[in-house]
Amino acid sequence: MARVLTDAPSGTRLAPARAPKPSIGGRASGPAPSSRRGRRRGANEASGWQALLWLSPALLLIAAIVIYPAITLFSTSFSEYSITGIRKGDAGFANYAGFLSSPDLPKVVLNTGIWVVAVVAITILIGLALAQFLSKDFWGRRVVRWAVIVPWAAALVITSQLFRLLFDYYHGTINAVLLALHVIPKPIDFLGNPPLLMASMILVGVYVSLPFTAYLFVAGLSAIPTDVYEAARIDGASPWQIYTTITLPLLRPAMLIAVVLNMIYVFNSFPIIWIMNGSNPGFGNDTLITYMYKIAFKSAQHDVGVAAAAGVFNVIVILIAVIVYVRLTRTRAENPS
Amino acid sequence: MTSTSVQSPSQASRRTAPLSAGSTLRRRRRSPRAVLLTVAGFIVAFVFASPYLVMLLDALRPSGEVLATPPRLLPKVWTLDAFVDVVSDPVFRGWLSTSLIVSVTSTVLVMLVAIPAAYFTARFRFRGRGLFLMLIIVTQMFAPTSLVVGIYREFYDWGLVNTYTSLILTDAAFNIAFALWILQGFFAAIPAEVEEAAVLDGAGRMRTLLQVMLPLTLPGVVTAITFTFIATWNEYVVALTLMQDESKKPLTVGISSYVTAYQQNWSDLFAASLIAIVPVVILFALIEKHLVGGLTAGAVK
Repeated sequence: MARVLTDAPSGTRLAPARAPKPSIGGRASGPAPSSRRGRRRGANEASGWQALLWLSPALLLIAAIVIYPAITLFSTSFSEYSITGIRKGDAGFANYAGFLSSPDLPKVVLNTGIWVVAVVAITILIGLALAQFLSKDFWGRRVVRWAVIVPWAAALVITSQLFRLLFDYYHGTINAVLLALHVIPKPIDFLGNPPLLMASMILVGVYVSLPFTAYLFVAGLSAIPTDVYEAARIDGASPWQIYTTITLPLLRPAMLIAVVLNMIYVFNSFPIIWIMNGSNPGFGNDTLITYMYKIAFKSAQHDVGVAAAAGVFNVIVILIAVIVYVRLTRTRAENPS
Repeated sequence: MTSTSVQSPSQASRRTAPLSAGSTLRRRRRSPRAVLLTVAGFIVAFVFASPYLVMLLDALRPSGEVLATPPRLLPKVWTLDAFVDVVSDPVFRGWLSTSLIVSVTSTVLVMLVAIPAAYFTARFRFRGRGLFLMLIIVTQMFAPTSLVVGIYREFYDWGLVNTYTSLILTDAAFNIAFALWILQGFFAAIPAEVEEAAVLDGAGRMRTLLQVMLPLTLPGVVTAITFTFIATWNEYVVALTLMQDESKKPLTVGISSYVTAYQQNWSDLFAASLIAIVPVVILFALIEKHLVGGLTAGAVK
C-alpha cells in the first residue's frame, strides 16, 4: 500500500500523500502512462449516463441516509424546538450561542482534546511496534494475530461494559490483581475519580484501536520491498538506522491514513465514554460527542436545536483537525528538515 | 488519503506473500531468537485476549459470585446457568433476532449497491468519478455518531423511529464506503482481458460482472461481506437512539439491561456478550489473511 502511494502516477490511484494536492477525495491523478502490472489497460472511458446507472443505487442510499440527515442537522441547528421535539420556529444563531456559552463547554473541549490526542498518539506508537512484531515470522504467529483482532471484532459497547467491571472499585479484576501483587495498598476508584477515569478510558480506547492500526502498519510494512533492506544491511546500517531512515519514511502514507482515520474514529467514539462514565452525573467527563448526545436525548434540557448546533460544531471540529494534520504532514514532506 | 487505498488492497495482499515466506527468517525458526519471539508472541496474545478470558470466567460462575469480595480469578462453582438463562430468555432471543435481521439485511443491501459501484469505478473513467469517490469518503468521515441528531430527526419526521427499516437503511448507508473500497481493489486486480472475452461473446456488462467477475473475486466479496456484517452487528449509537422499543433492540443495546442501577446480573451480561462476540470473532479470524490487503481502505471501528 505504501508503495502504491509513493509510486506516483499509476492509473486512477489517488494523489500520493506527498503530492501537491493530497486531497482527501479520490481525485484521479490522470491517465496512467503504463501501470506496473498493466492492469489499468482495460480502464475505458464511459459516459456520465452509464455511470449514473451503475452508481445510482449507492448514490440514492447515501443521499437519503447521509446527505439528507446532514442537511436536516444543519437546518435543525437554526430552529427552535419544544422539549417534545416539535418545531416552534426559527432560532437564528440562538442555538449556537446557547451551545458556545454553556459553562460546561470548556471542560468538554479539554476532555475531547486529551482523549483524541492521547489515544491516537499512544495507539500509533504501540501500533508501530506491534506491526513490526506481527510482521516477523515465528511459530504461533497466526494464533497471536487471532488474539490481537479480538478487540477489533468485538462490539465496542461490550468491551466497554467489560472494562467497567474490570476497573470496578469493589469487584474489579484490575484492583484485585494490583492488590495481590502488592502494587497498591488499597483499591483504586478508577471510574469515580476524573483523572483516573480519563486514563482508564484512554487505556480502553488504545486497546480497541490498536488492532486496526497495527494491521494498517503491517500492510504498510509488507509493501516495502525487501531489497531496500538488503542494500542497507550490506552498507552496514544498524537496525535502528534502517528503521528511522528507511522504514519510517516509507511508512509515511500508512501513517497518514492511520492518524487521520484514528482521529476520526476516536473523536466520534461513543460507547467507551458513554458506558465507562455512565454512572457519573453531569458533563465533567464527557467529550463533545457524548455531550451532544446528552443534550439531545438524555439531559433535562432535551434540546434538539442546541444538540444539532453541537453536532454541526463537531463536524466542523473534526474536519478542521483532519485538514490541519494533512497540511502539516504535507509541509513537512515538502521541506524535509 | 483514505482514497489512496482505493485500489491498493489486492496489491497489498499480494505483497504480503513474500513476508511470510521470508526464507531467511524461516531458517532461524528453531534458534533461541525464534523461541523468544514465540514466547513474546504469546505474551502479546495474552494481553489482548485476557480481558475476554475474564469475561468467560465470569460468565461461567453464578451471578452472585461475580460480585464477591475479594474477587476470585477462577469460579468457585462452575456453571452454565448464565448461558441457559440467557438463551431461554425470550427477550434476549428478540434482541438476537433483531441483530440477525438487521445485520443480514443491511449487509445484503450494501452488497447490492456497492458491487455495481465498485465494479464500475474500478473499470471505467467517467466525468464525476473523483466526485463520487470523494462523496464516499465523506460518508466515512461523517460517522453516524456525529449525524445522529439529524438521523433521528429524519426518521422521526418519516414516522420510522423504532422500525427495522430505519436501522437497516442507516447501517447500510454508512457501510457502503468500506465495502466499496475492498471490492474495488479486488475488481481492479482482475486483468481486463478476462472480461473482454466474455463481453465479445455477447454477454452484457451486468452478466459479465455476475458470471465472470464475482466468481473470480470471491475472496474479496467474502471479505467485504464479513466486514460489513461485523460492522452492522456491532453498531451501537444509532440503534440506541432509534430502537427504544424493548422488543426491537439489537443485542448491543439490549444486553446492557442485564446490568442497571436496579439489578446487576453480570454473568448473564457476559454470557449474552459472548454469544454476541464469538461468532464475529470466528468470522473475523477466517478472513484474517485478507485483512492486510483489505483493510487499508478504512476501518471497522
